[in-house]
Amino acid sequence: MAPKSRQALIAPAIVTGWALALAQLGYRIARHQLGANPIATALNQLGLLALVLLTASLCATPLKHTLGWTWPLRVRRTFGLLAFFTVLLHFLLYLGPDQGFDVVGVLSDIGKRPFIAVGFIALVLLVPLAWTSSKQAVRRLTFPVWQRLHRLVYPIGVLAALHFFLRVKADHTQPLIYASVIFAGFAIRLFAARVKSKAKRARAIATGSASI
Amino acid sequence: MPQLPPEPKSSEITPPELYARRREFLKTGALFVATSVGVGVGLSQLSSLGSADPPKKPPPVPLPEPGAMPWKIDRRGQFKVDEAQTPYEDVTTYNNYYELGLSKSEPAEQAFHLKSRPWTVRVTGHVAKPQTLDIDTLMRWFGLEERVYRMRCVEAWSMVIPWVGFALADLIKRLEPTSRAKYVSFKTLLDPQQLPNQERRVLPWPYVEGLRIDEATHPLAFMALGLYGAPLPGQNGAPLRLVVPWKYGFKGIKSIVEIGFSETEPPATWNITAPGEYGFYANVNPKVDHPRWSQASERRIGELTRRSTLPFNGYANEVAHLYSGMDLARSF
Repeated sequence: MAPKSRQALIAPAIVTGWALALAQLGYRIARHQLGANPIATALNQLGLLALVLLTASLCATPLKHTLGWTWPLRVRRTFGLLAFFTVLLHFLLYLGPDQGFDVVGVLSDIGKRPFIAVGFIALVLLVPLAWTSSKQAVRRLTFPVWQRLHRLVYPIGVLAALHFFLRVKADHTQPLIYASVIFAGFAIRLFAARVKSKAKRARAIATGSASI
Repeated sequence: MPQLPPEPKSSEITPPELYARRREFLKTGALFVATSVGVGVGLSQLSSLGSADPPKKPPPVPLPEPGAMPWKIDRRGQFKVDEAQTPYEDVTTYNNYYELGLSKSEPAEQAFHLKSRPWTVRVTGHVAKPQTLDIDTLMRWFGLEERVYRMRCVEAWSMVIPWVGFALADLIKRLEPTSRAKYVSFKTLLDPQQLPNQERRVLPWPYVEGLRIDEATHPLAFMALGLYGAPLPGQNGAPLRLVVPWKYGFKGIKSIVEIGFSETEPPATWNITAPGEYGFYANVNPKVDHPRWSQASERRIGELTRRSTLPFNGYANEVAHLYSGMDLARSF
């Protein structure tokens, strides 16, 4: 098979890998291998899995700018969608098994506690992005509108890392690692955008098509 | 001439272009499987790192057999909660002991570093005779008692644990504090050789805690030397720890090497680290939430549904009078 059709298999392979990771978590729950407090452990693991996937999707553009890789761009949507489904599972586990479907209690917790509110806002903001993730949606919305909408992923990344940071009691190493990866990505994007607009301006001056 | 089998139908013959690509097909399949497994393992590993706490089983430290206490228990049944006791395995593998690791399972894995003999406890401050006591001397002074207490962690989970030890009040009486002793303070061992995570400054070490003297001399306040009839495993605070059942678990300081008597409120580690989240009193109170989560309910380890948290962890009849006239929302 030509390399091109192999590339088409990267996304399904990632989805399969995600399914394997979830299956392993499910297996450990079923075999009582998650310790004395399996619900809390599963909640933590799903939350962190979602953050890993979200961070992976946010790494695509910085990788293109720095290393010139373009293949991550083709799996960015896959990572983003998997992050959304994982966050959804994380929330459903919190709502159901953890809080016993006490919707009123959960809503009041969202209102009262920044830690929970931050996570919930990230989930809500992910919904329109997941909803408009198809190629048809890009066409329907037109690319500039779609692109502007999908910039929501930056605040979502910050909220997700903050949610993790607020959850930890004493050792903030892990949340800070994810936050730094996300912020480094932002810095690279800003830098690349500045270089690009400078080049554009220089070209415009050179061709005399614009007066600045 | 031998009869040849009939030739396969032409429709069954692999097309030449597919035949030529079979190696590539296999290669692609192998790449697909390798990528999937790689991504799956990577995601599993990353999402179970550190804070998400992967419990490893079984704990590498051999636990003392429950009931294998080398000394006899003189009294039991006087203080007993009539609720299912949390299994020994859960009590000894789900621990908060940051000096032995930040996750719940690490303390059980790292506990072998902690040597509980020889062990001495210094007595300092406003007492008749400041002294250093050997742990075995302490054990012989009062005889041993078993008490089954609820244990409510500030993280909204709880256990029921059969402790073995002696009343803190008996010890305090014997140490003869002077009239200036208004508070009792406790200090954990400071020794990164035995408590390896003290190398990391996640909290100011050594861990310290304190009680008002009337709390400390309340009949429920307890010094534990064992649980489930066996000596305390390292992860549970060997060889000597405090148990104050009406307060959040973090008041129950572990591996105590010093007991002091002071006139002023002694520092308490979590309280000085995050005063907005952890009070000096730390009485279990379903009405005063932790800023990040509700304290109204808790998960009893081993149960699927949550249960309501009781004021003073169900010991209100015994201890509420200690706090009469105090605003418990402010002095939390």
